[in-house]
Amino acid sequence: MTRMSSTLRTLLTGAALAALAGPAFADLVISNWDGYMAPDAVANFSAESGEPAEMVVHATNEEIMGKLIASGGAGYDVVFVSSPFAEVLNNLGLLEPIDPAQVPNLSNLYPEAQALPHDPGNAFSVPYAWGTTGLCYRSDVVSPEPTSWKDLLAPSEANAGKVTLLGTDRWLLAAGFLARGYSVNDSDQAHIDEVQADLTAAKATMLAFDDTTFYAKLVSGEANLVHAWDGWCNYGIAENATIKFAVPTEGSDLWVDTMVVMKASENKAGAFKFINYILDANNHKWAAENILYKVPNQPAMEGLAPEMLEQFPNMAMTPADLTKFEQLRDVGEAMRAYTKAVTEIKAAQ
Amino acid sequence: MLSQSLRARLLMAPALLWLTAFMVVPCLLILALGFFRRGIYGGVDYTFTFENFRLLADPLYLGIFLHSARVAGTATLIAVVVGYAAAYAIAGAPRRWQGMLLFLAVLPFWSNYLIRTYAWIVLLNREGLITQGLRMLGYEGEPPSMLYTEGAVIVGLVYNYLPFVILACYAPLSRLNPELAEASRDLGAGAFTTFRRVVLPQTLAGVAAGAVFVFVLSIGNFITPALLGGGKFQMVGNLVYAQFLTANDWPFGAALSMVLIAIMMVLLMAQAWGTAKGMGERNG
Repeated sequence: MTRMSSTLRTLLTGAALAALAGPAFADLVISNWDGYMAPDAVANFSAESGEPAEMVVHATNEEIMGKLIASGGAGYDVVFVSSPFAEVLNNLGLLEPIDPAQVPNLSNLYPEAQALPHDPGNAFSVPYAWGTTGLCYRSDVVSPEPTSWKDLLAPSEANAGKVTLLGTDRWLLAAGFLARGYSVNDSDQAHIDEVQADLTAAKATMLAFDDTTFYAKLVSGEANLVHAWDGWCNYGIAENATIKFAVPTEGSDLWVDTMVVMKASENKAGAFKFINYILDANNHKWAAENILYKVPNQPAMEGLAPEMLEQFPNMAMTPADLTKFEQLRDVGEAMRAYTKAVTEIKAAQ
Repeated sequence: MLSQSLRARLLMAPALLWLTAFMVVPCLLILALGFFRRGIYGGVDYTFTFENFRLLADPLYLGIFLHSARVAGTATLIAVVVGYAAAYAIAGAPRRWQGMLLFLAVLPFWSNYLIRTYAWIVLLNREGLITQGLRMLGYEGEPPSMLYTEGAVIVGLVYNYLPFVILACYAPLSRLNPELAEASRDLGAGAFTTFRRVVLPQTLAGVAAGAVFVFVLSIGNFITPALLGGGKFQMVGNLVYAQFLTANDWPFGAALSMVLIAIMMVLLMAQAWGTAKGMGERNG
């Protein structure tokens, strides 16, 4: 009896090891920006669902796009990308349609987040965070309060040399397009040329292009007024309560970061489980509370503490307000003209 | 017994294999990439074209090359003057100090390049240490904008690559026979003439080596212009970086990097040739 049980135990241990080794080979691979979800999210998901998973990071949309296009999506299961890139991946046939039956928590999304222009009905992408771009400024030194994109592109004498602009293609050009009342997805070459001239001229009155430390420049006093994503302006507000965020009167863009499932995934059921896990109200709330970005999850947002909305007023923007702005879309071939314009703006002396 | 040349070849084999596999082959792949087209959504469309190399002659990109060369050239000039003077002083210091002085000169290399560059941001920014220092001395009013200028980029490049010049110039300076300078002075030459006609010609190989190092490393640099130039200055390195990481135009990025590699190879070969020729003359 003892002998048998020990044999049995050996067999069982072997089977357990095989079971561990098996799925470990096909771990779910999730690629996200560094620090864009809870550090323990993947581990907790694995513990809860029994699906072994690992997280890898990408620094930019373009970086992960290069990898996905080169490999046809192989090696990745769930990827976080901004919506214009999700559109491209879908056009390339690399995405698995989202199966709502396997992602019941989709019902937590605001109705507006289920009808986004790039993907109405969440056919191939699930929104993770959304927001807008605008003016982030030190209300103790900037007076009058900035209200227009022109306050950035042609700053007052007091702010000259103390403004920064986002250097990423789409947002840099968006500032120029919006200042002239054009669409953020404008592909008319004449309009691109005008905006290029405006932005080239703006270099004379700006401090720097900055995509990562603009809020720190406000805190240190190096800059008075910066072009910022709403969520990142909050990082400045957290350190200095005189910092404020405003959407210019000309309007702004709507950006949406999404989760997509690769067609090449060998564990699509696991991938859907992961998306469903993130969409859980409590899990999704983590992003809003810790990254200070708005999430399109109704119960998650409703669970935020009122003090938080008071400290970071842009967290309280409603989905109705946000979706009034024009969403950044894939512009196809016009992207070449965008890139050329941005290269020329940055190279201009 | 192995013959001399067979043994030499065997000893060279691992290094050659390493270089071939991880240097020559990747460079050839990059070169090949330069002759294809970018796919609509990035990626590579394997249609043969000269377009990427033709585009290099576009005034925009040519201008960026020339501007980079000007910035790198200025940094090289300053680094050579400052570095040579430092090397001259170190070589003239008492023997027992020389090791310590050289160690101090290369000390910054022991810390990370990015951190050293960030240190300049801390120093130069409008609310930085220099401004605070000036304020303590009673300076009032708007501090000058030192950061995010071409000058800041040049300062960063000179600072980072100066040790190369010091080391490259120190070697020939320390080997210089002091009796030659004495002879020159005995024959009536002033200090400047002695330096110009006796010291400098014999240490030119070191100057050339140091200058080529600084120029080659500067012209391809992308971190310093991005951080200290505030992105307002595009150098070739930034352009290559953008093609691979933001514009997703790998073929054009490949063509650009090939030109950069070609410039570096020509300069390094010219320097190696010059050194070999100099050595030949001295030995012959």
